[in-house]
Amino acid sequence: MTPAIELAGIDKSFGAVHANRSVDLAVMPGSIHGIVGENGAGKSTLMSILYGFYEADAGEIRIGGKPVSIRSPADAIGHGIGMVHQHFMLVEPLTVLENVMLGAEGGALLKGGAGKARAELTRLSEAYGLAIDPDAVVGDLSVGLQQRVEILKALYRGAEILILDEPTAVLTPPEADALFALLAQLKAQGRTVIFITHKLREIMAITDRVSVMRRGEMVATLPTADTSPPALAELMVGRRVLLRVEKAPRAPGPPVLEAVGLDVVDAHGVKRLSDVSLTVHAGEIVGIAGVAGNGQSELLEVLAGLVQPSRGAIKVGGDLLPPHRRHPARLRELGLLHVPEDRLRMGLVPSFPAFESAALGFTGDPAFARKAPLGALFDRDAMVGHARALMDGFDVRPPDPWLRSSKFSGGNQQKLVLAREIERRPKVLLVGQPTRGVDIGAIEFIHRRLIALRDAGVGILLVSVELDEIMGLSDRILAMCGGRITGERRADATDAQDLGLLMGGVSEAA
Amino acid sequence: MDLQSLAVILDSALRLSVPLLCACLAGLWSEKSGVVDIGLEGKMLIAAFAAATGAHASGSALIGLMAGIGASVAFSLVHGFASISQRGNQIVSGVAINMLAAGLSAIVGNAWYGQGGRSPALEGQARFNDITLWGTETIAAVPVFGPLFREVVSGHALPAYLAFAAVPLTWFVLARTRFGLRLRAVGEKPAAVDTAGISVPLLRYAAVTICGVLCGIGGAYLAVAQAAAFLPNMTAGKGFIALAALIFAKWRAWPALGACLLFGLLDAGAIRLQGASLPVIGTVPVQAIQALPYVLTVILLAGFIGRAVPPAASGIPYVKER
Repeated sequence: MTPAIELAGIDKSFGAVHANRSVDLAVMPGSIHGIVGENGAGKSTLMSILYGFYEADAGEIRIGGKPVSIRSPADAIGHGIGMVHQHFMLVEPLTVLENVMLGAEGGALLKGGAGKARAELTRLSEAYGLAIDPDAVVGDLSVGLQQRVEILKALYRGAEILILDEPTAVLTPPEADALFALLAQLKAQGRTVIFITHKLREIMAITDRVSVMRRGEMVATLPTADTSPPALAELMVGRRVLLRVEKAPRAPGPPVLEAVGLDVVDAHGVKRLSDVSLTVHAGEIVGIAGVAGNGQSELLEVLAGLVQPSRGAIKVGGDLLPPHRRHPARLRELGLLHVPEDRLRMGLVPSFPAFESAALGFTGDPAFARKAPLGALFDRDAMVGHARALMDGFDVRPPDPWLRSSKFSGGNQQKLVLAREIERRPKVLLVGQPTRGVDIGAIEFIHRRLIALRDAGVGILLVSVELDEIMGLSDRILAMCGGRITGERRADATDAQDLGLLMGGVSEAA
Repeated sequence: MDLQSLAVILDSALRLSVPLLCACLAGLWSEKSGVVDIGLEGKMLIAAFAAATGAHASGSALIGLMAGIGASVAFSLVHGFASISQRGNQIVSGVAINMLAAGLSAIVGNAWYGQGGRSPALEGQARFNDITLWGTETIAAVPVFGPLFREVVSGHALPAYLAFAAVPLTWFVLARTRFGLRLRAVGEKPAAVDTAGISVPLLRYAAVTICGVLCGIGGAYLAVAQAAAFLPNMTAGKGFIALAALIFAKWRAWPALGACLLFGLLDAGAIRLQGASLPVIGTVPVQAIQALPYVLTVILLAGFIGRAVPPAASGIPYVKER
């Protein structure tokens, strides 16, 4: 059978970064083809080349056996390729109909094309069970519905080959299941789907074949039935990886962090947290499961003292905190430390050398000050030495305290932030998205350190959008939806299905 | 106030609002496409200079208008090249254009005409004459409306009518055409336009060109219709007031007309109030009256208009990821 798409010897460099090295790929028509790889392995670059977003330095693209030249997205669309980008390519203030029509308006005046577009949109919606209001403003739609618009956009343009880049990152498990059902339906119609992800579970669940990329190279293409998650992980990283975290049961100690009835209202007057209560005990990891944007960020911020609750009480180490003590510096003194979700925005200063980033939040530490005059000057040697010690302890590479923070890879930046907080011996640690944008090798390391910290008696509150991470690390799991806690489960007595329902807002009480 | 003085004030308000309206719509086109333009002032000024020079040299107001538009579009394309192709800072480029226009027009004007930067006075066909709209005399018989129509609506120069015609045209093109849809999209999310297979730079260049044409009309109106010569710095901040009007109008064409008419009315009122004695306060200093439109601008922008959200991508050069 002729492959629907063949990429031969695709090569692409961005300056010194060799993003794709002579990549070959053949995708069979009417199949779902998965592409996995770590961050920066070159998956998105490869797909952007196929979609005409970038031009390859060398190599050939063949569609249905014929060599084609794809120099712009317009060419790709003309060849029947549609792409659902990880960050949606939707214009938020415009309506669904306008977004679908953009670039395929069917005439200089909108009036002519709009009627036809509306009819076609209705037909597609019905054919695929993708109900949507054509006149809704896209910015008002949920993320799941926005993705639906993206897919409809591609189908409207007659895409025979659909590329999806990390499509499940923003979806609840039930939404992801609905997406998978849709992909299966497209496949049954003979369309070809290319599915990029880093979640091995999804690869196993829906793909026919899977290709693995590592450092810009295509290292393997296998029938999915002949492989397994550990085998794929090994191919991705290039060595054996422990996917499951080893964790011994441990009896939790006394409560170290308690929140009672927290409400948070944002600057626009919108309620972000409603009546959130939780307790974290010493020697326990409490995971917060939820789809991004359901109040987890606000929860971390309010507990870290970055925003003030409009109602509710917070206790640290059993002491009720009056408002003036709910301040990041006071909380640090009490042993409540915070590894923020967005390391580049809140965790470190990208333009600072690593040793300065490694001292953030602790710049008042006498160990960093010269004795004379009056401790007003920094002792830079002490700071560099401190950073070097952190780097050794957490295997930060390269171990160069003078390197700009932005020059480290995501995983190494994260290890640096984590090292800075953990070395201060917290009693309570708030951790947000500890492995976002972090490669598999570093994920394993970070997970082991968090478990070690728990075993040492620290209470950890873990917020992550990666359900596998939450289930693997936590002792107890709280699910959040729409700023509320919708349920609590013991980690050993739940599964993705169950949590997915809670994350989707199906409350306990129901 | 009798009908006659009301008509005079309204007529004067309309005249004063023309350059504002041109600049405001010009800014609307540019910002809707994602290019912030604080160089409206400079473009109008250079257009005024080119229009006066062209009209003087050729003896034709129409050729003056063309020259004004040409100069303004050329400056627009410089701004476009800096902010679209070179992805430079749009504010810096706009400031540069304002300074360039102010300096260039004064120095070249002085070198050519030796009148301290003024151009020679325009006379006869070198000036736009007021047009009496067809049917004015018939309508004039209608009580109240008739005379108002004759005094206020009729009797303006060609560029003024072009400016007012640009309002419905702008609305229609943006709301109802393919080009308009793409332009609105590119100012909000250029990546979406790019992935739909449409050229982002082409759309933005088209928008800044339209912006140049409108500033050209505004500048030509100033020098060849409202006044009869180019005077150094004759735009006097109108390009900046237009930006305020644009925010006030929340980047929409019809409200832009309303905002510009309001500013024009304030200006006209200020002129009328000069030297007049008001009850209770007595004679108000001229400077205080002249400051009124600016004070109003500050007050309006300080939050009396609710949230004005600019196009999301305005001011941000489009760079593909990486």
